[in-house]
Amino acid sequence: MANSAQADTLSPQGTSAPPGSSEPLADLAARYKLTVSGARPGLFSYTKQLWARRHFVVAFANAKTRATYSTAKLGQVWQVLTPLLNAAVYYLIFGYLVKTKGGIENYVAFLVTGVFVFTFTQSAVLAGSRAISDQLNLIRALHFPRACLPISFTIVQLQQLLFSMVVLCAIVLGTGEPLSLKWLLIVPALLLQFVFNVGLSLVLARIGAVMVDIKQLLPFILRTWLYVSGVFYSLDNYTKDAPSWVARVLEANPGAVYIELVRDALIDSHTDIPLHTWGYAVGWAILMGFGGYVYFWKAEERYGRG
Amino acid sequence: MAEQPAIMSWSEVTEQSEVEVPEQSQPQEPKQAPEPAEIPPTVVVDDVHLIYRVHGASSGKGSATSALSRLALRKKATGVTEVHAVRGVSFVAYKGQAIGLIGRNGSGKSTLLKCIAGLLPPTTGKIYSDGQPSLLGVNAAMMNDLTGERNIILGCLAMGMTQQEAEANYDEIATFSGLNAYNGKDFTKLPMRTYSSGMAARLRFSIAAARTHDVLMIDEALATGDREFQLKSEARIRELRKEAGTVFLVSHSMKSIRDTCDRVIWLDQGVIKMDGPMEQVVNAYEGK
Repeated sequence: MANSAQADTLSPQGTSAPPGSSEPLADLAARYKLTVSGARPGLFSYTKQLWARRHFVVAFANAKTRATYSTAKLGQVWQVLTPLLNAAVYYLIFGYLVKTKGGIENYVAFLVTGVFVFTFTQSAVLAGSRAISDQLNLIRALHFPRACLPISFTIVQLQQLLFSMVVLCAIVLGTGEPLSLKWLLIVPALLLQFVFNVGLSLVLARIGAVMVDIKQLLPFILRTWLYVSGVFYSLDNYTKDAPSWVARVLEANPGAVYIELVRDALIDSHTDIPLHTWGYAVGWAILMGFGGYVYFWKAEERYGRG
Repeated sequence: MAEQPAIMSWSEVTEQSEVEVPEQSQPQEPKQAPEPAEIPPTVVVDDVHLIYRVHGASSGKGSATSALSRLALRKKATGVTEVHAVRGVSFVAYKGQAIGLIGRNGSGKSTLLKCIAGLLPPTTGKIYSDGQPSLLGVNAAMMNDLTGERNIILGCLAMGMTQQEAEANYDEIATFSGLNAYNGKDFTKLPMRTYSSGMAARLRFSIAAARTHDVLMIDEALATGDREFQLKSEARIRELRKEAGTVFLVSHSMKSIRDTCDRVIWLDQGVIKMDGPMEQVVNAYEGK
């Protein structure tokens, strides 16, 4: 009796396994050119998919920015207010209260540039570490190259940086720096920093996806990085007596490289930087941008597993 | 007639089908029985197992003392519990089918769908599919702080539409969801956090249904909608089926299974208990 009932179940219209076929399922799948679900695409086709979702990346970034400020009364005005208040605090402390300039002529401009540029990397890293783990719902619901998320979050930080840059330019002008053609150099400098940050946030996104503890650890790592990147003081003053390799390592530190490039562009009195700083900037951007992308892609099929 | 003992697990069925099932059933429904070669398969599930590894299930890893002692004793993460959610499931889904997945809570239905969608890689076994299966689940993410309008555009872009396609589809989606004139108010202009759960489900379904999917999987998504929307979405599912895709539907409502599906797979404790035409399996499930 069971057999006849099952025979019914397996009638062709009833649609389970093809009747009478003893073909292994894998061969059946291969014959109809079915692909393995959820397999990681090759690097090239992954990049193609990512490019196809470029509108999504940008729209997601805009949406995130809007959502961040949607409950605040002042809304996106905070995008300008936040860097302005930050600068005001530094101006109050270092411009009026503490008079240690460490031999820097325009200390306020020096400091605010450092803080704003470093904040870009810092917040990209923090956002990157959460890009996958905080978006599990989205990842488990829809299919898209997961690299969209860390890239989107870095674009959010880039947008924030552009507002900060407007504030920064006003401050730099206000402290008596002349407007010059050299200012245009901040465009390539920040673009390179953006590529570097995207790579770094891709790396952190992969780590953060499996290692939740990294979120607790990151603030300390970032603060250490902040102190060795010469945000508050000129690195030269401290490396004079140190062995030469220390100076060289600190000089190649990507945190310091991008800050120095922007300072050099904006602040006339800033000590001229050697040309190889641009070399470092390009090198870091390529290394981190490409390396981070490949590193992230390698685990593509595993994101969302949780 | 279909008492529980008469129902066999899938593995037994397949073994038998290879030997004795061949033609004997074909004469019964000659017109509806095209050669299997004519209907291409869209999803092939080949002996899939999925084991969830749940960390910190027994001794809380959050507690500082237990975490420290674990580190100090260099023990590997204790308290890892394995949950064998899907245990060796195989089946082939063909073009144009609407397949219902039924079974008790925790029988592996949603997990299986996530595996098919490629969102949760199976522990062993392989799943092959034609194109990219899309899963429409109850917790499909939308951004709660954004308006329905922006969520529609964002959802379309995430599904791979271009900006123009997304904008072109916008009106249809808003109208289908009915949210642009809901109780006389245009809810697409309000943030999603102000929506009721049913309204959010409407929007999610409308977005996912805007595109033709090769394989569309719906996980209880219709349960929260009201009667009017359920009818509308069932009609849409039928349309999607005609557009040559395969539809999977997980539901506890036998009514919506009866209304939308022609084939039903009954899962029990991670294995297929029964797989066959809708009427037969649903009757067995309901104990008729």
